Amino acid sequence: MAMRPEDPTREGAHDAAADGSRPVARFEVRYSQILDHTGAVVGRLPKLAREPRALIPLYRAMVLTRLFDAKAVALQRTGQLGTYPSSLGQEATAVGLGAALESRDVLLPFYRDTGTQFMRGVRMTDILLYWGGDERGMAYEGPVEDFPISVPIATHAPHAVGVAYALKHRAESRAAVCSLGDGATSKGDFYEALNAAGVWQLPLIFLVTNNQWAISVPRCDQSHAETLAQKAIAAGIEGEQVDGNDVLAVYETMRRALARARAGGGPHLIEALTYRIADHTTADDASRYRDDAEVSRQRALDPIDRVRKYLTAAGAWSDADESTLEAECRLELEEGVKEYLATPARAPDSMFDHLFEALPAALEAQRDEVKKGGSRG
Amino acid sequence: MAEITLLEAVTQALAHEMEADPNVVVLGEDVGVNGGVFRATAGLWERFGADRVIDTPLAETLIAGMSIGMAAQGLKPVGEIQFMGFIYSAFDQIVSHAARLRNRTRGRLSCPMVLRAPFGGGIHAPEHHSESTEALFAHIPGLRVVIPSSPGRAYGLLLAAIRDPDPVVFLEPKRIYRMFKENVPDTGEALPLDVCFVLREGSDVTLVTWGAMTRETLAAADAMAREGVRAEVIDVATISPLDIQTILSSVEKTGRCVIVHEAARNVGVGAEIAAQLADQGLLSLFAPVKRVTGYDAIMPLHKLEHAYLPTLERIVTAVRETLEAA
Repeated sequence: MAMRPEDPTREGAHDAAADGSRPVARFEVRYSQILDHTGAVVGRLPKLAREPRALIPLYRAMVLTRLFDAKAVALQRTGQLGTYPSSLGQEATAVGLGAALESRDVLLPFYRDTGTQFMRGVRMTDILLYWGGDERGMAYEGPVEDFPISVPIATHAPHAVGVAYALKHRAESRAAVCSLGDGATSKGDFYEALNAAGVWQLPLIFLVTNNQWAISVPRCDQSHAETLAQKAIAAGIEGEQVDGNDVLAVYETMRRALARARAGGGPHLIEALTYRIADHTTADDASRYRDDAEVSRQRALDPIDRVRKYLTAAGAWSDADESTLEAECRLELEEGVKEYLATPARAPDSMFDHLFEALPAALEAQRDEVKKGGSRG
Repeated sequence: MAEITLLEAVTQALAHEMEADPNVVVLGEDVGVNGGVFRATAGLWERFGADRVIDTPLAETLIAGMSIGMAAQGLKPVGEIQFMGFIYSAFDQIVSHAARLRNRTRGRLSCPMVLRAPFGGGIHAPEHHSESTEALFAHIPGLRVVIPSSPGRAYGLLLAAIRDPDPVVFLEPKRIYRMFKENVPDTGEALPLDVCFVLREGSDVTLVTWGAMTRETLAAADAMAREGVRAEVIDVATISPLDIQTILSSVEKTGRCVIVHEAARNVGVGAEIAAQLADQGLLSLFAPVKRVTGYDAIMPLHKLEHAYLPTLERIVTAVRETLEAA
């Protein structure tokens, strides 16, 4: 939490240095965790978790996301899907965000937010259609105001400012969430958006999923800053860190920030510390640039295992429950894949359907050419 | 009814639409209290308040990017980039997002935004303040690029751009911001987008132009008229998507065409017009299509800008060459 500068006129407010200078502002960045990697409760349990069984939907969403990612990678490997970015290892951040968002809020996701998008009501078929090379996968029927994922890094941060400005302008009790990665915090778009969100005190939360790697560039080469959360401080915004492998901590931190933003309390930056177990995408080979030992160490901090351990210890989960859950998820997955593979192809001339609300006369000939299936020449 | 300048017509259109549609907001650097560095937004802040006439931080990517977010949320943002020379950091937003949002969501989200920017040379402005790079934007599918050339067309086309359900880059020829006045009643009547305007009818040669160059081109038509040559002058106005039909119809009548633009020649909009004429109008042509343009050189600082910009004389020479060709 950033502390405001103290009143410099107050007697003895500051410690003057030998050269006469004195501090005018002091800041700190806090870190929170609720469930550690062993499943032990190390922080204050949020209201949601007073009854251990209430955690089951979050657990289920994480398991589903992991199974989906594995399936999507398998589909890519067998030529049935294009390049795909797995979120393996980051499920707690995605699901914690999804659980904290309300349907009235607006999500501006990036490409590793599949788990969050499922919780927003985006269908598996849509995600698969998109990565299978079909724009219809961004015509979400569920969260109709959510943005489609941003592929260029951090370019959706200014969009989130515009969305949040509109929400505030209409005095609606809603918030926007811009979800981005650690690499995104090095881009100008991010700084411009963060700065503006502070100026206008917008109902906007930036969630930085710090998975330690931007393709091959590790976090230490991304920024010399001790935390990415502190980048908020320069914009006069509160920034904090949370264990991104702890679904409860992500949920609770996001929930509080969202509640505050909806009530007019302004923007917030949350850095969720997690790890990209997977390659950047199916087109990447992370063994070229990082040690297996590092990945193994991170696997021990798994976000899903710790919740299972917690639930099991609380007597709320059994091996039978686990089998049932997995079977349910696999069924859901099979149906999604089946629907995706059975989706009829789009007519080629549909590339002109949504260029503009109405196709300008100047483009009719080109559309007709595609319709006829070849060059008119 | 007092006559107004092109600049005042921009202000009049903004005020009209802000009054008519509460979703219209104006944003940019110095557009609020200061009324814009050219005064294009003068009086709007006082009339519509700081919440709708938004002084942004100094951040062009933000201005374009937040306009996209606002537009997706149902507002109708009119962003101002103070000079076209500063629009390039917003280019990514325009190309990667504004132009694509409707398409990539199959119509679920749309982007009814306008990004205004003064452009072009001839006012002795500092470095980076005088270029004409409209072709960069005309190349982008999903985007409209509109350039007015008179107070009346500035008013009518800006209203149309704001009401249009898709993104429009609206480039204002600042050399003629205050050059002449017209009677522009504040009727709220928009002009059509996607069509050329025939400014002057003629049967001997077709002169195609837009923006500030309409002044020299009309003057060239006057000069040629004194020699008995009847030139048709077409103001393209919406340079993308391009209304080639109006130009083709004219060339079918005249058999000759000179394209005049201030921007550099290489891969300029004139090249596209010439290519389409070659493709669809070749048999109507008596002479090769000529282009009178800025040079493929970096726009010089203002001591030399007069040597860069097409002149009446260069246009007249090109017209004569066209007439003499056959």
